[in-house]
Amino acid sequence: MNASHFLSRLTDPIAAIGRCGQFLLRMIAGIRPGNRLAISSLQQTYLVGARSLVIIMICGFFVGMVLALQSVNALQSFGAEDQASLLVGKSLFRELGPVLTALLFAGRAGTAVTAEIGLMRATSQIDAMELMAIDPVHRIALPRFLAGLISMPLLAGMFNAMAILGSVVFAIGVIGLDPGIFWGKLQNSITFQEDFLQGVLKSVVFGSLVSLVAVYYGYTSKPTGAGVGTATTNTIVVSSVLVLIFDFILTSFFA
Amino acid sequence: MRANYNVELASGLFLLLGIAALVWLATSATNLGNAIGNDVYRITGLFTNIGDLKPRAPVKVGGVTVGEVEDIKLDMQTFEAHVTMKIARRYSELPNDTSAAILTSGVLGDRYIGLEPGGSPDVLQEGDEILITQSAIVIEQLVGKYLFNTSGQGDEG
Amino acid sequence: MPQNAVELNNLSFSRGSRTILNGINATITEGSVVAIMGPSGAGKTTILRLISGQLRPDGGSIRIFGRDIHQMNRSELFAFRRQIGVLLQNGALFTDLTVFENIATPVREHTGLPEALIRRLVMSKLNAVGLGGTENLMPHELSGGMARRIAFARAVALDPSLMLYDEPLTGLDPIAVSTVSRLIRETNDALGLTSIIVTHNVVQMQKLADYCIIIADREIAGAGHPKDLADSDNPKVRQFMNGEVDGPIPFRYQSEHQWSLTG
Repeated sequence: MNASHFLSRLTDPIAAIGRCGQFLLRMIAGIRPGNRLAISSLQQTYLVGARSLVIIMICGFFVGMVLALQSVNALQSFGAEDQASLLVGKSLFRELGPVLTALLFAGRAGTAVTAEIGLMRATSQIDAMELMAIDPVHRIALPRFLAGLISMPLLAGMFNAMAILGSVVFAIGVIGLDPGIFWGKLQNSITFQEDFLQGVLKSVVFGSLVSLVAVYYGYTSKPTGAGVGTATTNTIVVSSVLVLIFDFILTSFFA
Repeated sequence: MRANYNVELASGLFLLLGIAALVWLATSATNLGNAIGNDVYRITGLFTNIGDLKPRAPVKVGGVTVGEVEDIKLDMQTFEAHVTMKIARRYSELPNDTSAAILTSGVLGDRYIGLEPGGSPDVLQEGDEILITQSAIVIEQLVGKYLFNTSGQGDEG
Repeated sequence: MPQNAVELNNLSFSRGSRTILNGINATITEGSVVAIMGPSGAGKTTILRLISGQLRPDGGSIRIFGRDIHQMNRSELFAFRRQIGVLLQNGALFTDLTVFENIATPVREHTGLPEALIRRLVMSKLNAVGLGGTENLMPHELSGGMARRIAFARAVALDPSLMLYDEPLTGLDPIAVSTVSRLIRETNDALGLTSIIVTHNVVQMQKLADYCIIIADREIAGAGHPKDLADSDNPKVRQFMNGEVDGPIPFRYQSEHQWSLTG
């Protein structure tokens, strides 16, 4: 009894990964290229993308300023504060942009999607859809998943753009670094092929992870208020952990 | 219908903003902004010492980037560094007695190749070699030279 | 001679160790309005979910228009469900879509009709439930009775031959109760449907239903015309129909381990 209980604690997470994978396959099997899926996915970008925009822009701006402050502080002791933009750019494009955006995205959009789908489950909207012979996985989960996939790289782009602006405001406006050196250093040290594209790829991977977790927990939530609450908490915990794990895997893969 | 339209407007705006941000980042915060394009011609040069010059380092004339380092090899006859540069076709009027020097931007900055045009009426063609080259100044050698020179002076005096 | 629309043959279903239904036999003839009644928790909704194919029985079979629905695979079942309209408890309207899109959803999904025709079809259904002009409202802007009627319009949008209703009258004001019951009856007769209603509203069913099936204690306790059931010999049926506290249906929760003072 106790041994099997212990064993199931080990195997449960693996089974959960399996269920998530099956869910993903079920969604992918439902892809019928056409206007309807495209339109509903684009409409969902409002919920998952547009409504996360403000928080992500504000956070990006402040992260940029903090990065500039820390870089200049650390480099000043070598008299190398001209290199600040290199430090800011590399850490933003490769790590902070995609990872912080993904964590904010999980908190803002992921939970919203889980709660919305969970509420549809609780108010039998998903039952009703099945009874109409419409597969809810294709109709409800898939467009939200695709919208997350589209939105994440764009949000990470907004985050990085605002962070660069924030660092420019702080480094040039407050500390008084030379704008030409700052921008020149940035352009010479950040490569499009490596830094930029790696960041975009990371944000696509994180976007699909967070979206998959969000639609999965929403779809499988218990049809009660408490069930929806648990599902929402699970979404943010599981997707944050997954984002950090996959960040390590992807980074060591590129390096 | 109106509420729906506003939602569409907001997500459309979001998509445009996001794409604009990515394009702006790619063109003005990465090396894509100073990419020289595909319309190029190649010239080479032999340097005794290139310091820490790396591929994709800029090639400049009078401070303006005209191209980049494409490839660095060791020439097995002379044991010198064989550097291939690609120069944008729009800067094709460089005289064939142009000299090349490996310079540093700032004290701790990156290495780049500075070209100094001569006065010849003939221009550099695809595959031509720059004959007058100046190696990188390596700080350790500089310090060594300085020490050697001062000790020599001491002997004389 | 009307055919059998639905046949339940020796149907049984259990959740874990708890038996919910045991040996249910019933036939529902085409064109009739049948009420399935019984105390809360007696397994009425379970029967409905078995008929719609959402649940699989542990024993027995269900034939709808002569076809055993639990022998079908998923895609056959989905295709077959186009003939079945279901009105769930509380309507279950899609909260993110307008009234128009709610009704249009099943039509768009299952017919390749052009947009103009879909519009006409949806508007005719809306007018049939007396709610023309609400097409651009969102579900949260509707009253309970209106939402129920919209859900009804959505359920009949594809002109099904069998309608299933889960507590269609619960939580409505008396006027809305009459409106919805009249809709159920009139639609059934006008379109020649068969309707199965799960409810515990005895008074309304005496007016509305042609035939009643009373479920109590995992079994069919009684069946027949609602007017006859009130005078049934079965004490369980009499207790339910007349709403008495004392009777064979217990007031207390029947635990598996009964407390015993003497034990």
